[in-house]
Parts: sequence; structure tokens; C-alpha cells
Amino acid sequence: MRLIFTVCGFIAIAFVLLISVYLILSGLPAIKEVGLFEFLFGTRWDSTNKTDPAYGILPFILTSVWGTCGAIVLGVPVGILTAVFLARVAPPKLAAAVRPAVDLLAGIPSVVYGLVGMMVLVPAIKDIFDLKAGDSLLAAILVLAVMILPSIISVSETALKAVPKEYTEGSLALGATELETSFKVILPAARSGVAASVVLGVGRAIGEAMAILMVAGNSPNMPGLFKSVKFLTTAIASEMSYASVGSLQRNALYSIGLVLFVFIMLINVLLNMILKKDKE
Amino acid sequence: MKKILAIVLALVLALGLLTACGAGSSSSQAPAQESSSASTPASEPAEESVSGVVNTSGSTSMESVVLALSEAFKEMYPDVTVNYSGNGSGAGVEAAIAGTSDIGLASRDLKEEESSNGAVANVVAKDGVAVIVNPANGVEDLTVEQIADIFSGKITNWSEVGGEDMEIAVYGREAGSGTRGAFEEIVGVVDACALTNEYSSTGDLVGNVAGNENAIGYASLSAVDETVKAVKVAGVECTEDTVKDGSYAIQRPFVMVTKDGTALSAAAQAFLDFAMSAEAAPIIAAAGAVSPNA
Repeated sequence: MRLIFTVCGFIAIAFVLLISVYLILSGLPAIKEVGLFEFLFGTRWDSTNKTDPAYGILPFILTSVWGTCGAIVLGVPVGILTAVFLARVAPPKLAAAVRPAVDLLAGIPSVVYGLVGMMVLVPAIKDIFDLKAGDSLLAAILVLAVMILPSIISVSETALKAVPKEYTEGSLALGATELETSFKVILPAARSGVAASVVLGVGRAIGEAMAILMVAGNSPNMPGLFKSVKFLTTAIASEMSYASVGSLQRNALYSIGLVLFVFIMLINVLLNMILKKDKE
Repeated sequence: MKKILAIVLALVLALGLLTACGAGSSSSQAPAQESSSASTPASEPAEESVSGVVNTSGSTSMESVVLALSEAFKEMYPDVTVNYSGNGSGAGVEAAIAGTSDIGLASRDLKEEESSNGAVANVVAKDGVAVIVNPANGVEDLTVEQIADIFSGKITNWSEVGGEDMEIAVYGREAGSGTRGAFEEIVGVVDACALTNEYSSTGDLVGNVAGNENAIGYASLSAVDETVKAVKVAGVECTEDTVKDGSYAIQRPFVMVTKDGTALSAAAQAFLDFAMSAEAAPIIAAAGAVSPNA
């Protein structure tokens, strides 16, 4: 029995190793050929230009960073306040109605988010800001902000609920109001769980491809709120099907995957550091 | 006792399923074989002896047409294998002249020096690229120069080409797309496009042009539907007929290149004849091009 558990544990590790090794092996050749600096900080991506191809992914990196930051700025306050509402403020009956709605939000496939964004959000942005086309970084940020809500809400709520009841009772007994108790006692006590929920949200936002492929416009521009932009993920998704095997274009797409992978690793390391510091 | 009974019953059921599957597959195989062996001599009784390999190489844009043709061809001549390798029109013509391929593929007219080296063009299909706008857009007619200026970013407002005062949203396909390659080559804006948005499928692009009155885009003639409006190019509407008779400007021929004075192998000749025949027209149309031989 113990053997089975051990094997299962190692399956996950095996896949992580397999993917890491594969990504590194297939991602390095293009970086070597283009040059690391040129690849990471080049501002022009024109992979199919026959006379003067360019493989600079700075526009993609910045777009992914800005897109994720935007989604966090919009999504985290809403998410944490919703979690506080569900865990502490809402009457049980209302909470029982809101919670399934949040769970449902988590279950909606990303392509549906993209579809609604494409049909509703993009035309709305075009009309409100009087643009020539609504596909933009802003549309992607709004879609991502909604998409990261469920993970932030449910993880934060769990963390808030795990705070011992004595904290609440002690705080109230000392004369603090309900609101002060929630924000000055319970939320700080649950901060590692809340931080974990934010990092999970960052991970989901930076790795999302399908939904933003449909609303971001996908031109390799430097990011601007109302400009059509391409993310790290959508660059891979939109060009992979046409890049011929063994070409520099395809290898460069693998390299983008490697960069994305490094981003996720950094986020995970950051998360572990936060949690460790909290324990000390 | 009950548990054992349940297990036994489940086993019996599973066995029954297995045997049913086995019987199904073995019985379905037999008629398939019969029908294929029966249809082959019926459609082409005289050509049974043709066999061998036909090597084609060249234009990547012709891939879908050539693959569709070779698939249909294989049904008539099961002993012939048609190989395709995509390495560009120039390399395709080169291969036909040098004899390294039986048939070269080019998605453009032959150049003079290529013809003088003995290359012969056999036009098997024509590929028209329609320029599409939103139905609410008042612009009906554009010249090729205007289209080139719009896509390269020199013209940015519809009022400059006779429309309302609206900014132009230029929609195109993603890098590597065959339609994009064809359009940019014919209009003369290769690697010079200033696209507002890029879409990864024709349907996606058509849908977005249908949803934005500022938009202009392009799509294969076969993909244009009533949700968008195909503009006239230099006064000529984009239809199968205008593509076929050559009056519509944004089009290119799909050419199978052979070498003058060199006899093709029986298999290659049969494939070329088939591609040029009226029979192949619906196959070519299904692959998104127009056959001039229909």
C-alpha cells in the first residue's frame, strides 16, 4: 500500500522533471542562435519576415507582466473583500447562495470567458473609448481579473475561516467592532493564506492563453492599455501551428515557453519565501 | 454471496461486450474491402497498370490543394503514391527544371528566365483573395494601391478612400498563414503590414470584420459569407467567375511545373491529367481555390 502512495508521489515529480528537461533542451538552441540579450530585450518580433526576421520578445514579456499586474490590481481587492464577506459578514443563507456562484465561476471554461469577452467586452470598449477596434490590453485585463477571482476568493475564504475563533472573541471582548476585528485581526492572522491565493491568481493570469487570445488583438506591439497586444502564451498558441519543425521560428516559440516557465518558477519561489517568512 | 453473484454478473457482461466488439469489427472489415476492390476497376478500367511514385515539391500555399488532389487520385490509382514537400515556389520550379521532382509547384506565374530554362506552366487552380469590410461600411470600391496603402499604414482613415470619417482597423492573419502570404505578395506589402489585430483563423477574422464597422480584412474567396462585404478591386467584383477569367486583381495561379521536352512518368502524367481535368474541379473548390478547367 505504501509503495502505491510513493509511486503516485513520484509521478508528479517525474512529469515536472520531464517537462523541465524538454523545455530547456528545446528552448536553448534558439536563444543561443538569436543571443540572450537580443531575445529577451529585442523590441521587434517578426518571425516570418523573409529578408530581416527578428526574434525580440520584450513586447510579449511586458504585455504578460502588465496584463497580470492589471488583473491583480482589479481582482485582488474584489476577491479578498468577497472572501471576508463570505467568511465573516454574510448571513449564512446569503453565503450559501454566493458560494456556489463563485464555484461556478471557477468551472467556466476559459474559451467561454474569451467568447463573452469577444462578443460583449470588446465592442463595449470600442464604443466607450471611441477606438477603431476594442481588442486591447484593457479587454484582456478585465477578462483575466474575472478569471482569477474564484481562486482568490476560495483560498482566501478557507484561510480566513481557519483563524481560531478565540481571536474573534478576544478582539470583540476588547471592544473592537466587527469591521475592525475582520480587517485588523483576522485578515493579518490569515495573511499567508491570502498571499498564497494572490500568487495562485498570478499563476493563473500569466498562464492563461485561450481567453486572451480572443480579446487581445494579437499584434506584437509594445504594451499600451488600448493597443492590440500579444502575450507570451498567445505568441506560442497563435504561431505554433504554422512554424515548421526545426525552424528557428519554432525553436524561438519553445524559448518563449522556457521564459514563461521561468516566470512561473520565480512566482513559486516567491510564494515559498512568503510562507517561510510568515512561519518565522 | 450477493457480492460474488454481482462480480460474476459483471464479468459476464464485460465478456459479452468484448465479444460483441470483436464480432462487429470483423464483420465490418469485409464489406469495406469488397467495395474498394469493386470500385477501382469500375471507374478506371484501362489504367490499372499505372503504378509508381510521383514526387511533387514547391509552394506551401498549394499544400491543401495538392493533398486533396492526391487523396482523390489515390482512390482511382491505389498503386501510385504522391509525395508532397513544401519548400517554396522558387525551389519547386528549380526542382522541376533540374528533374529532382516530377512536378514542381508554384503559386505564381513563371518568371521569364524560368520559362527559358524549359519550365512549362500548367495552371491547375486559381486562388482569389477577397478584401472584406463591414456591411455598414459605405466604401464599395478600392484600387490595389489604396489597399496596399491601407495595409501598410499610409492610409489610416476611411475618409481618405471615400468613406466616412472613421479610423481604419486593419485586420490580418497571423504570421505564417498562407492567405496572408498570398495577399501580401499580390498586393505588394510583404513584411510591410501595419496590422491592428491578427487572427489565427479565417473564420475568426471574418467574424471580427462582421462585428466592427471600422475594419478591413482579407479572406479566401470561399470563406466570404453574407456577414461581410467583399469590396470591388479596381471596379471588379470578387466572384469565382472574375477570378477564373483573370479580371479580378488579387489572385494568383496555382501552377504545376513540368520541363519542356522531358516526358513525365506514366504515374506523374496521370496525376497531372487528373489535376487538369474537370473531374478535379470540385476537389479543388473544396480545398479553397477555383479550377480554371471546370
